[in-house]
Amino acid sequence: MAEKKITLNMITCRTIQQGVGMEAGKTSQKYFDACTIMHMHPEDMKKLGVWKNTNVKVTSSVGSVIVKAVETREDLVPGLAHIPMGPWANRIVPAYTYSTGEPCFKGFPVDVEIAANERIKGAVEVLQDACGLIRK
Amino acid sequence: MSEFIIKNGRVFDPVQGIKGDKKDIAVKDGKIVDKIGSGAKVIDAKDKTVMAGALEIHAHVAGPKVNAGRWYRPEDKHFDSHKTAGITRIEGGKSIPTVFKTGYEYARMGFTFAMEAAMPPLYARHVHEEIHDTPIIDEAALPVFGNNWFILEYLKNQEIENTAAYIAWILRQTKGYGVKCVNPGGTEAWAWGLNCLTIHDPVPYFDITPAEIIKGLIAANEYLGLPHSMHLHQNDLGNPGNYKTTIDSLKIAEGVKANNKFGREQVLHSTHLQFHAYKGTNWGDFESGAKEVMDYVNKQKNLTIDTGNVTLDETTTMTADGPFEHHLHGLNHLKWFNVDVELETAAGIVPFIYDPANAVFCSQWAVGLEIPLYAKDPMRCFITTDHPNAGPFTRYPRVYSWLMSKKTRDALLNGFKKADKVIGATNLANMDREITLYELAAMTRAGPAKALGLAKDYGGLAPGMNADIAIYNINPDKFPSDGAAIEKAFAQVSWLFKDGKICVEDGKVVDMGHKKTFWVDAKVNENKQVMHDIKEKFLRYYSVNENNYPVPESYAPHQHIISVDATQA
Amino acid sequence: MPKEVTDVICPFCGTLCDDLVVSVSDDNKTILGVKNACAIGAEKFNHQRQPGRVKRPRMRQADGTYKEITYDEAIDWTAKMLVKSRKTLMYGWASTSCQAMSIGHEIAEKVGGIVDNCATVCHGSSLIAIEDVGVPSCTLGEVKNRADRVIFWGCNPAHAHPRHMSRYSIFPRGFFTVKGHKGRKIYAIDCRYTDTAKCADEFIQVQQGYDYELLNAFRTAARGEWLPDTVGGVPKEKIIEIVEDLKSARFGIIFFGMGLTHSMGRNHNIDIAINLTRDMNDFTKFAIMAMRGHWNVTGSGQVLGWQYGFPYAVDLSRRDQARHQTGETTSVDLLNRNEVEACFYIATDPGAHFPVDAMISSSRKPTVCIDPHINCTTEISDIHIPVALVGVEVGGCAYRMDNVPIETRKVVDPPEGVLTDEELLTKINHRVDELLAAGGA
Repeated sequence: MAEKKITLNMITCRTIQQGVGMEAGKTSQKYFDACTIMHMHPEDMKKLGVWKNTNVKVTSSVGSVIVKAVETREDLVPGLAHIPMGPWANRIVPAYTYSTGEPCFKGFPVDVEIAANERIKGAVEVLQDACGLIRK
Repeated sequence: MSEFIIKNGRVFDPVQGIKGDKKDIAVKDGKIVDKIGSGAKVIDAKDKTVMAGALEIHAHVAGPKVNAGRWYRPEDKHFDSHKTAGITRIEGGKSIPTVFKTGYEYARMGFTFAMEAAMPPLYARHVHEEIHDTPIIDEAALPVFGNNWFILEYLKNQEIENTAAYIAWILRQTKGYGVKCVNPGGTEAWAWGLNCLTIHDPVPYFDITPAEIIKGLIAANEYLGLPHSMHLHQNDLGNPGNYKTTIDSLKIAEGVKANNKFGREQVLHSTHLQFHAYKGTNWGDFESGAKEVMDYVNKQKNLTIDTGNVTLDETTTMTADGPFEHHLHGLNHLKWFNVDVELETAAGIVPFIYDPANAVFCSQWAVGLEIPLYAKDPMRCFITTDHPNAGPFTRYPRVYSWLMSKKTRDALLNGFKKADKVIGATNLANMDREITLYELAAMTRAGPAKALGLAKDYGGLAPGMNADIAIYNINPDKFPSDGAAIEKAFAQVSWLFKDGKICVEDGKVVDMGHKKTFWVDAKVNENKQVMHDIKEKFLRYYSVNENNYPVPESYAPHQHIISVDATQA
Repeated sequence: MPKEVTDVICPFCGTLCDDLVVSVSDDNKTILGVKNACAIGAEKFNHQRQPGRVKRPRMRQADGTYKEITYDEAIDWTAKMLVKSRKTLMYGWASTSCQAMSIGHEIAEKVGGIVDNCATVCHGSSLIAIEDVGVPSCTLGEVKNRADRVIFWGCNPAHAHPRHMSRYSIFPRGFFTVKGHKGRKIYAIDCRYTDTAKCADEFIQVQQGYDYELLNAFRTAARGEWLPDTVGGVPKEKIIEIVEDLKSARFGIIFFGMGLTHSMGRNHNIDIAINLTRDMNDFTKFAIMAMRGHWNVTGSGQVLGWQYGFPYAVDLSRRDQARHQTGETTSVDLLNRNEVEACFYIATDPGAHFPVDAMISSSRKPTVCIDPHINCTTEISDIHIPVALVGVEVGGCAYRMDNVPIETRKVVDPPEGVLTDEELLTKINHRVDELLAAGGA
């Protein structure tokens, strides 16, 4: 019986595709494809009942972001998820630094729900929206 | 304004043999001249001491390990980051000043030149970036050779010509000044965690001894006829009983004659000798070996030394003697920074607190003073603190006060918590000599300039020489008997002329001057073997390409290049 | 006839490969191809010729669109912003030259800025750790020539420093390492089985966020003291086995990255790794090195070091002293607590890489963003000023992850009329002088 919402431990890291995408340009398709994904362990995908390459809503103490759930190539363990670094990952990274200057890029809890019909925002859009700079 | 007449000053100039006579010095267009017109600006130096600008022959002021020392010690800026009103930038750092503070403080003390004591060739661009940002004072840097793979291989086969060709190539690539040798062989051994403590300990794999390295580098230096001699930091630094290794090392120079067109007479400069003049077998029976070492140095006219005075401060040790720093960290457990540099050298850094309550540190302080007090020829014995190892260079005025006033140093000596132990382990209490202003001028100006091959233009006040002049608020007839007053007078010049421009007035920086980077361009015969070896090693072992190794011209916008023609040799 | 420029330095990551060969059109305007670069470096050089390059400054309008303005207008607006603001965050620097940084610092000292670089969200933890305990390290050539044990802990060079393993750490044949990777034992320690781990001889899976405990266990094992059955998910027998193997090395090196600097413990993860390395020096030769991310974040740390004595997060806002205190003078904290009045970003994209709460705070302040391309930050800034690509269109000094300085090259001309960072900063500096002389904005 799949769960409506599961809780995972999130890490955000570089991938080579993200690096290439970044150099192609932050508004490029390459960058979008590289960074709007969340790597998940197959067992977690089963637990949530989500098919590969389906959009999910990921929520942390900061807020939510829509990304596409993919099966990981670099083996995770169940309970661990990975969104490549970028404005989508940072939409939900807690900013607290413990006085070290470094936010919680790796190791923070997130709730994941299926959001198959929700759209993933663009790179600039996801940031502008959070800053309240998009006129509706 | 480029014409000045410094009137009525009391001049101390060993170059001309002037011992405090009242004499006017004329400055025009950056040079000292015989006569000057009536339009010259008058500088009233009445009752003031006039000397040439001082030359720092050995300090760690620019480069990767200096900077690592800076940023890994934020506490060194505690209560010491400030900006004086006027044209100066923010300055900071007690034991490792920022580049701005370095330039300003040397200038405030009357210095016009500093030699960066150890430049790892792979990091030469960094050294020059810092030299570029250091205001007012001219600077140069000594590339290190004593653990360099090319040198170890050539000298193993006693190939002096190849050694010389490689040295000349490095000087050109790095805009370097001469041949520095630190803990020969021992720092290559340190890349495997080992060391060479005597001059006969062979280097792992390369199978050459420190003695052979020292001998070979002296020979190569004279083959090239460089302005400066081989500059040596001996093996076994800082250990009780090391005075024997020191004298063994110095003996290697016996019988070697200086070959150069710069007036240099020494073939070996032994640096921070204080750290290498210890008797005893452990820290408990530690004793001064200054007399034994200086007896030897006094006899050997082809040697120069610098003192390396301990100033009894919290400071930072940093040296290419990597294994020593690891050892020091084992003693005081303060944070240890280490970098091994491929094919070339290494560096280590450890903070150090020379606590005056500790008998050993006080004995080191005494040894540092005994060395110049034993020196018969002040033209061959120069005052340093191996900044920042034995103390910050900003303490030079304090060191002068100890050397020039027995009363001052005795008051400190007798006031030590463990005074009896210190007096028992050293000779200082029985030494009455007080260094005179004339001798000080030799030890801080004329002597270092001559040893560096710069005597033609620097270190003196003869007409034709560069107008680098320091005027101190010291009346030789009323020389202060109070140590604090001596220190104050040497810490803040009344005027500093650099290249004929007033850069410091009453201790305040008023002009950044036009500093230059000095380096030596030695021409040798084409050497296909060495060029082939260089190409090979860059392809196979270095982590950068040969074409990215040299220091670009833009890093040293104002260069003072000393040419040497070694093609006949 | 296209020409080839050799010995080109790649301006992407801290590996700072210097063996790139770039083909350039005859008129010096277009990059035609690049050899020896990794996928990311190649993308950077090849992107140079893509259409749509921004060639003039852009200013945000009230309706959210951007309008082109002149460089002079942008410089004037920027200088006025800097002079008016009592405390300006001047962040980035990691992708420009040391020469440019120097000019930026002059400006910061005059107007009261806080100069911070990308280490603040990257290896800042490592810098704090080194400030506490020092670091035994080496140059990359020492790894190539001597290392027979290589540990990748919490880093993934296969993705972030793609040529690192072939140039320095796993595959090269060096002077004492003629067998190449066959003479080395490679360990990868990570919470995921990364692509780097696939190149390793042994992979140790550690529970995410438990690296401190595992490093502690390594130190304990090295001293032969008691260990619990598992630490961070790793059985004690494995820990003891690895430590014994490391002790038998001739030259060991630990490379580490964001897995340690970003996770819980931050700087403590690093200081214990450094202490482990130091402990190992009692048995054999061991070194540790931070895998610096940007091609010149190390350089920014060096220039700040020699000019002010600190490696990042340097607060010059009092104009008469330099202060450095992580948590207080670091960018994310300053933005979190709303403590700056203006933002000046150069050679960086915090919009993409800072947590969103910090950027929400940033977007409410007058902001200038200096970058060759449109990025996330430019689209929430008041002004975007384009500049030449450093390392491609203009040279300048850079520092590799092991602090070795290399002068990057100019390979092609920048687009017509586009300024370099140095030129732009010099003009801003000059305008600031004019405004200050006239008594403020």
